[in-house]
Amino acid sequence: MKTKTLKGGAFIIEDQDLNSFYAPEMLSEEVQQFSEMISDFVEKKVKPNFDKIDKGAHDLVVSLLKEAGELGILSASLPEEYQGLNVDFHTESIISEQVGKAHSFSVALAAHTGIGTLPILYFGNSEQKSKYLPGLGSGALLASYCLTEPGSGSDALGAKTKAVLSEDGKHYILNGQKMWITNAGFADVFIVFAQVDGDKFTGFIVEKGSEGLTLGAEEEKMGIKGSSTRMVFLENVKVPVENLLGEIGKGHKIAFNVLNIGRYKLCVMAMGGAKETFNHAVRYANERIQFKIPIAKFGAIREKIADMAISIYATESATYRTSGLIENQIQELTSNGMDKTSAKLEAAEEYSIECALLKVIGSETLDLVVDESVQIYGGMGFSEESPVARAYRDSRINRIFEGTNEINRLLGVGTLAKRAMKGELDLQSPIKAAMGDLMNMDFSEVSGDLGAEKKSIANAKKAFLIIAGGAIQKFGLEFERQQEIIMKLSDIMIDIFAAESILMRVEKKIQTSGLEGAAHDINILKVFLYEAMDRIYMKGKQAIHSSQEGDQMTMMLMGLKRFTKYESINVVETKRAIAKIYIEKQAY
Amino acid sequence: MKYLVCISKVPDTTAKISFKNEDKEFNSDGVTFIMNPTDEWYALVRALELKEASGGQVTVINVGPKDNEKFLRSAIAIGADDAVLIEANEETESYYIAKNIAKYAQENGYNFVITGKETISFNSFSLGGMIAEFMDLPFINQATQWMLNGEVSTIYKEIEGGEEVLEVTGNCVISAQKGMAEQRLANMKGIMMAKTKPLAIIPIALGEEKVQVSQYQVTPPRGNCKMFTLDQIDELVQALQSEAKVI
Ligand SMILES: Cc1cc2nc3c(=O)[nH]c(=O)nc-3n(C[C@H](O)[C@H](O)[C@H](O)COP(=O)(O)OP(=O)(O)OC[C@H]3O[C@@H](n4cnc5c(N)ncnc54)[C@H](O)[C@@H]3O)c2cc1C
Repeated sequence: MKTKTLKGGAFIIEDQDLNSFYAPEMLSEEVQQFSEMISDFVEKKVKPNFDKIDKGAHDLVVSLLKEAGELGILSASLPEEYQGLNVDFHTESIISEQVGKAHSFSVALAAHTGIGTLPILYFGNSEQKSKYLPGLGSGALLASYCLTEPGSGSDALGAKTKAVLSEDGKHYILNGQKMWITNAGFADVFIVFAQVDGDKFTGFIVEKGSEGLTLGAEEEKMGIKGSSTRMVFLENVKVPVENLLGEIGKGHKIAFNVLNIGRYKLCVMAMGGAKETFNHAVRYANERIQFKIPIAKFGAIREKIADMAISIYATESATYRTSGLIENQIQELTSNGMDKTSAKLEAAEEYSIECALLKVIGSETLDLVVDESVQIYGGMGFSEESPVARAYRDSRINRIFEGTNEINRLLGVGTLAKRAMKGELDLQSPIKAAMGDLMNMDFSEVSGDLGAEKKSIANAKKAFLIIAGGAIQKFGLEFERQQEIIMKLSDIMIDIFAAESILMRVEKKIQTSGLEGAAHDINILKVFLYEAMDRIYMKGKQAIHSSQEGDQMTMMLMGLKRFTKYESINVVETKRAIAKIYIEKQAY
Repeated sequence: MKYLVCISKVPDTTAKISFKNEDKEFNSDGVTFIMNPTDEWYALVRALELKEASGGQVTVINVGPKDNEKFLRSAIAIGADDAVLIEANEETESYYIAKNIAKYAQENGYNFVITGKETISFNSFSLGGMIAEFMDLPFINQATQWMLNGEVSTIYKEIEGGEEVLEVTGNCVISAQKGMAEQRLANMKGIMMAKTKPLAIIPIALGEEKVQVSQYQVTPPRGNCKMFTLDQIDELVQALQSEAKVI
């Protein structure tokens, strides 16, 4: 079957072919077996140790990481020539989802397999790969990633750590400080970024035990207390020239590329955590009796359950859609002769806009879920006796690391604009068309299954385009400085991406289970859209009021109103129906 | 040595249990099934350990609907060499299942047939004994340890207040319980390899269900239970007086 692939970021101007859409319901039996196996590992090996891990038992984290290595979890995405399992991208997704339930341990594992291992996999030369990858895959070696410094976090390239070639040309001498380094306490391998000749940002592989490499004390953190986070000090550390990673001055490529996949995986892990916390909350709501009935019977609680479930469903739809886009791209590139590792790197870069948006979606869904779950638990939620207290503390970091959510929102819109400027995406014509539609009244009837929903999403894209187009026209090169407007555009993009992902998942569901079989999914779609269109209207209005004037403003506001219209639904009844399903199932 | 390990599926331990068809049938709607823990953790893993120590073949077998294939695949992922599914309706009737397994074991020259002590769903404890009877072999029930030296099996069993150590020469049927082995998680490689190992689906040979369930009954839930520790005697007395009002 010929399917057109959707380029990265193009979802905002085009429709994706349903044949190329990937839904979580399509995960193969083998992938589900991986999922069960990893879930078993987390349940039986990690969960009983949550308390000990959070009290600082890093040796336990290390032994569990090694156990994960034996099970193949750490080497799953590595190529076979380095004793990896070379799994497909959906399997990588499911691993992250299940590992995401493991609190501090999940952070240790993700930092090791992601930002710790990937720089060597993607940018190491063959000697470096042979030397480190088998050990990193088995857990014999554990890795950390040292980018952030006291003076440079979001502004990662502003790092001050220096690397100077020794006189005999055999070593680089590294001097500087790194901060907030996950896994620092037990890492054998430190991926360190430093400036060569003062301004050539470059990656290095530094080994534990190198003279001059020392660690600060463990940070006292708000959450993920069991994850080792320390400063790393480099004082005249001699790093053999063979350990230079990639090319001199190309460190930014390493730093940013591993973050694309990192952001995607952070989203999937957050979703796994959200499902787990949701399950606790629903069970508690069924068990807790007040005023002689289970609190799950109160509308206020039911609405929370529905809101959480809808948010998880949206995240899941957007996540697996992206998993599908990336996997399709990997397959296309490998069938053209590219090796799989390069293909994965390139695919993740292609979908870097989606990865940035997902990072925001996943971490904010988790924050919603842990917050409402604590609320459902009431006083018990404030007690360390309940599982949701830990979930609440551990959630918050996700909006900060792997690029703060502000940085990722800026990236979503910024990368889109950049691609348009480079001519890789044609934003100009769709903006023109949408502007044209401002004048044309649209009397077309909606028809077919989900006709209203499809039309609303198409219109929401027009809303995005007129606001973005209008703001770019108004501010020109100054657009980049209008962060308040960019934040709003980003939020609109997120709503569109999520809504369309839900829509396509529902369409697939209707294909396999019919309208009746998809009734619950359709309810979720309706409520999500109903609320999303209001959000888009509100954000859009603020953006237009703040960027336009006179007739243009009036016309755009009228258009926005038209473009964000959706059916009137009985949102209370629909949410009740949604919540009922989960309350009966006692799980997501 | 050839080991035949019987694998059944059971509802997940957290499943909500209900019945349908006038309480004659288990309602499996929305229930997730897992491999029966005693089959998986003890019978299968011990057979694998013995095979790893002195060679042989471990086959897993199930009598049931085609869907059960996935439990056999999971068993292969843990390490079994191959699998056999004798296709039948839902598995409820031990006699019918035992007869088919015995026939397969006999025809294919298995030395040992191993089951879990019981299924955690129907808890009938009966399959192993029946298989042994059909095969005319000794049956060792609820074994906690099993060593194999040449032809001779040394098997430990718990008995009231102590332990019994048995020596069995030659082929036998064993039901395994806690102590026999430690649970093994499948690893990812095992799961990937499982696709490539043989899984035969054969039609049921002897189909005669002798026992029929006429009704299931759910025991009424226990009343609220309150736990007291040894140092809470005063609270206990207080509760018996004022809450339970029995003293
Ligand atoms: C527990 C933990 C583990 C970590 N692990 C690692 C690790 O393993 N390796 C590593 O290298 N780093 C790690 N980090 C660092 C992390 O990536 C940074 O904290 C993060 O990138 C933010 O940088 P910062 O803390 O310096 O915040 P800042 O950059 O100072 O940001 C402060 C605020 O300003 C906003 N802001 C900054 N710049 C802009 C801008 N241009 N426009 C708009 N808003 C802006 C931010 O969004 C944020 O709200 C970790 C951090 C923590 C807390």
